[in-house]
Amino acid sequence: MATYHLNAPMTDADVAMLKAGDVVYLSGIIYTARDAAHKKLMAALDAGEQLPFDLKGSVIYYVGPTPAPPGKPIGSAGPTTSGRMDTYAPRLHSLGSKASIGKGKRNQAVRDALKEHNGVYFGATGGAGALLAECITASEVIAYEDLGPEAIRKLTVKDFPLLVINDAHGGELYAKPNYPL
Amino acid sequence: MRMLKAEDVSAAVRDMIIEACRVLPEPVYKAFVEARDSETTDSAREVLDQLIKNADLAKATNMPLCQDTGSAVLFVEMGEDVRVEGGLKQALTAGMVEGYDKGYLRKSMCHPLLRKNTGDNTPAIIHLELVPGDKLKIQFMAKGGGSENMSRCTMLTPAQGWEGIKDFVVRRMAEAGPNPCPPTIVGVGIGGSFDLAPTLAKKALFRPLDVPNPDPEIAAMEKELLEAINNLGIGPMGLGGKTTSLAVKIEMHPCHIASLPLAVNVQCHSARTKEVVL
Repeated sequence: MATYHLNAPMTDADVAMLKAGDVVYLSGIIYTARDAAHKKLMAALDAGEQLPFDLKGSVIYYVGPTPAPPGKPIGSAGPTTSGRMDTYAPRLHSLGSKASIGKGKRNQAVRDALKEHNGVYFGATGGAGALLAECITASEVIAYEDLGPEAIRKLTVKDFPLLVINDAHGGELYAKPNYPL
Repeated sequence: MRMLKAEDVSAAVRDMIIEACRVLPEPVYKAFVEARDSETTDSAREVLDQLIKNADLAKATNMPLCQDTGSAVLFVEMGEDVRVEGGLKQALTAGMVEGYDKGYLRKSMCHPLLRKNTGDNTPAIIHLELVPGDKLKIQFMAKGGGSENMSRCTMLTPAQGWEGIKDFVVRRMAEAGPNPCPPTIVGVGIGGSFDLAPTLAKKALFRPLDVPNPDPEIAAMEKELLEAINNLGIGPMGLGGKTTSLAVKIEMHPCHIASLPLAVNVQCHSARTKEVVL
């Protein structure tokens, strides 16, 4: 397992070298989107409209932060469960998005999409929202403000701590439960 | 009849909510430290270290522990000799709304199909029980959606008994894997009816982490389930390890001779509960 300091948006070369279990400290620009924002993104794509951010190389963070208290760029901002975005993730990867950040399992369709389009799925520590917010230096709502906590935000992050859960080569980090399922 | 002022009830609810979302109950924090010291892999220890740091930081900086500050779940025990001027539900709701606003907490409630956010975290989920006396006890839980989504309810047959219960609970946690933010706390409701079993499971989650069921037989069942869940090896955040759950809490209730209702309510490690007695 290796440790990397990488930048977002991500390059194909950066994604390709990552393996499940690697630690990544990510800096640069990432975008927030969760359930309702993804639904709107899909509707925009269906209608042939331009998306609120450039998908090429993009890193999408599944998060709905708490409101920013006075003097802070953002409130508590840990990952939400990624599986709910499995329906949408393959299409975004096919259009150039490189990575998502969340917590929990991805389905086979997402794992296949990561392989096919050279993508990566990062895990951040769920429930560590106060700690993770320390790595976010700026936040700006750029679309769907009416969605409140689910609006799309452009975040500037500095050394945001991530673990590679699913890599572009079929590797997966999560422990298999010791039970006949 | 003792009368409580609505504004006093609201203020107590507001303060309790803001505090609960920033400061973990002491037994939960202690359990993180114990789990970190018992884990042997770097990844499990690293996750627990982050959770400890997160709890310290939230307390010191007034930042919510987790961005999912939950549905506001309130279990209320109201003495038959006490009333709230202007109405209990209005007072609870006003306090909840103010707490989520003033505490910079996330408003997470929406229309189930249209998905439009209600904007102020209303409605609170309120369970009311009338009890003897003139006190008003209000328990609050900030219940996150990720762990709630991993919860399940079923109707077993009486023949399935304890073995059936054990298999359902352990299988549920195995299937949930990393999704509900382990190490979890598992609330189990056994008996009652189709509607009561999940309420029992939720009520069980209000019991302090370090307090087993007072019935020694049920306490032994909690221990057995906890061992079985921790043998799954899912570990903190699903990265492998000994600590998949911190505790199992069972509440039991008589049920119909034809039935064996069972509910599993999963609580993430950010187990934010607090209570106030007025």
